Amino acid sequence: MNQRQWIALKTIWGKEASRFLRIWVQTLVPPVITMALYFVIFGNLIGRQIGDMGGFPYITYIVPGLIMMSVITNSYANVSSSFFSAKFQKSIEEMLVAPVPDWVLVAGFVGGGVARGLLVGIIVTGIALFFTALPIHHLGVLVLTVLLTATLFSLGGLINAIFARTFDDISIVPTFVLTPLTYLGGVFYSISLLPPLWQGVSQLNPILYMVNAFRYGFLGVSDIGIGTAMAVLVGTNLVLLGWLLRLLKSGRGLRS
Amino acid sequence: MSALQLRALHKTYANGVNALKGIDLDVAEGDFFALLGPNGAGKSTTIGIISSLVLASGGKVKVFGHDLARDPEAAKLEVGLVPQEFNFSMFETVIQIVVNQAGYYGVPRPLALARAEKYLSQLGLWDKRDARARTLSGGMKRRLMIARALMHEPRLLILDEPTAGVDIELRRSMWQFLRQINEEGRTIILTTHYLEEAEMLCRNIAIIDQGRIIENTSVKSLLATLHVETFILDLAPGASELTIDGFVSRRLDDHTLEVDVAKDQGINAVFSQLTAQGVQVLSLRNKANRLEELFVTLVENGKQEVGA
Repeated sequence: MNQRQWIALKTIWGKEASRFLRIWVQTLVPPVITMALYFVIFGNLIGRQIGDMGGFPYITYIVPGLIMMSVITNSYANVSSSFFSAKFQKSIEEMLVAPVPDWVLVAGFVGGGVARGLLVGIIVTGIALFFTALPIHHLGVLVLTVLLTATLFSLGGLINAIFARTFDDISIVPTFVLTPLTYLGGVFYSISLLPPLWQGVSQLNPILYMVNAFRYGFLGVSDIGIGTAMAVLVGTNLVLLGWLLRLLKSGRGLRS
Repeated sequence: MSALQLRALHKTYANGVNALKGIDLDVAEGDFFALLGPNGAGKSTTIGIISSLVLASGGKVKVFGHDLARDPEAAKLEVGLVPQEFNFSMFETVIQIVVNQAGYYGVPRPLALARAEKYLSQLGLWDKRDARARTLSGGMKRRLMIARALMHEPRLLILDEPTAGVDIELRRSMWQFLRQINEEGRTIILTTHYLEEAEMLCRNIAIIDQGRIIENTSVKSLLATLHVETFILDLAPGASELTIDGFVSRRLDDHTLEVDVAKDQGINAVFSQLTAQGVQVLSLRNKANRLEELFVTLVENGKQEVGA
């Protein structure tokens, strides 16, 4: 990376960070309130009736999944809304006319999505500590999983924004794909509780691997092998990155 | 060296519209060049291709010798674009918009801040530097786009209808600014619907119509091809029936006379005859912009050729 590209990258990062910090009431507060409600209702009130899961109190068991859920939704939403708004206002042309290579553009927007995902994840973790103690079993797995997950959903958000033609188009995927997959991705339960058929079906859900790897990082328990989870995360990231770079090279949705 | 060289530039859009049918164009370094044409002629497509917002279907673009397809980063560094439509974030402040733009071109922040002060001051926007873009007037937004395009100090500045919707006073101050930066050595390409603007500012001109260049010459040479000019004379009260031998004239009302003057006739003969008849002329003006007349003629001729 030469100096010009580094300055361009820092500029996009700065612009993205200032955007989500400027509208913090829309970007940082809602996930905190939602997650606090999850902790109170599913963790404290209902969780007490459920008892232990995976050898931990129910609230402790679900906290990693809930943190991951907020990282996923915020990484995705940050990039999809920011990039689509830039497309909608045509301000994306400021970058397209400049000598900003496609990979710098991707790194800039994805960096913004990862930053918001991590910031929300840290805040939600802080809230969770009011409800339960959280051991750290493997810091390396924890950090790698959250980084790869935030990157993956930032890439996904960017692809969504490239294809989107209206604001509705950037809400369809989170509503009809991400939310169901997250709920069915082992956030609230271990897939060992499911019949064998549904255990098999669940393994087609990539979010299951992220939630379990993250839970392993905190608690040391997982329904999935960590090696498999990392391979799925790295592989999916590479596939999305390759797709995205091809889309940008073709000018899809950006250049006529 | 050519600031811009276009060779066999073609563009067919996905919907089948054939917007450019082989454009060849050279713009010399330091030139103030006008690209004119009716709506839908292909001006914005040409500018879109030069500024990388539109993908060419065929042909070559070179900016100061840098091939846009082979070395896009070097070519893009030479070009500054002022587009027709506002294309900045309405939620950012003026200073954020220009400094970020410099950043995309790799200009270090301290230098970007110094340039922001220079160009925003020159364009009368420094006092508005902390205002959000959405709060600016239309004229201020246009000037903001000019300042933004200059932040990386490109050698070629392209302005697509920069004075559209701008009041006369502001338009004249923008002309003065553009003349000044052209005199400093910057090459400028301008598209405009105000042909008076092209005539006043530009040295060379290309007229594009239906995806083809139909004229490419100097403004002087083009105006020299104008054979007849129509003048409007405001007459003092009391002028009765008039006859002007050798000229086609029309009496519009008691105080106004319209006279067609051929290039080889000269207007002195009109005055001599009017003076002999005791008519006092209070003022004189061109009926229409000279370039406008030529433009309409050329485009009409082009249509007839295509129709034939």
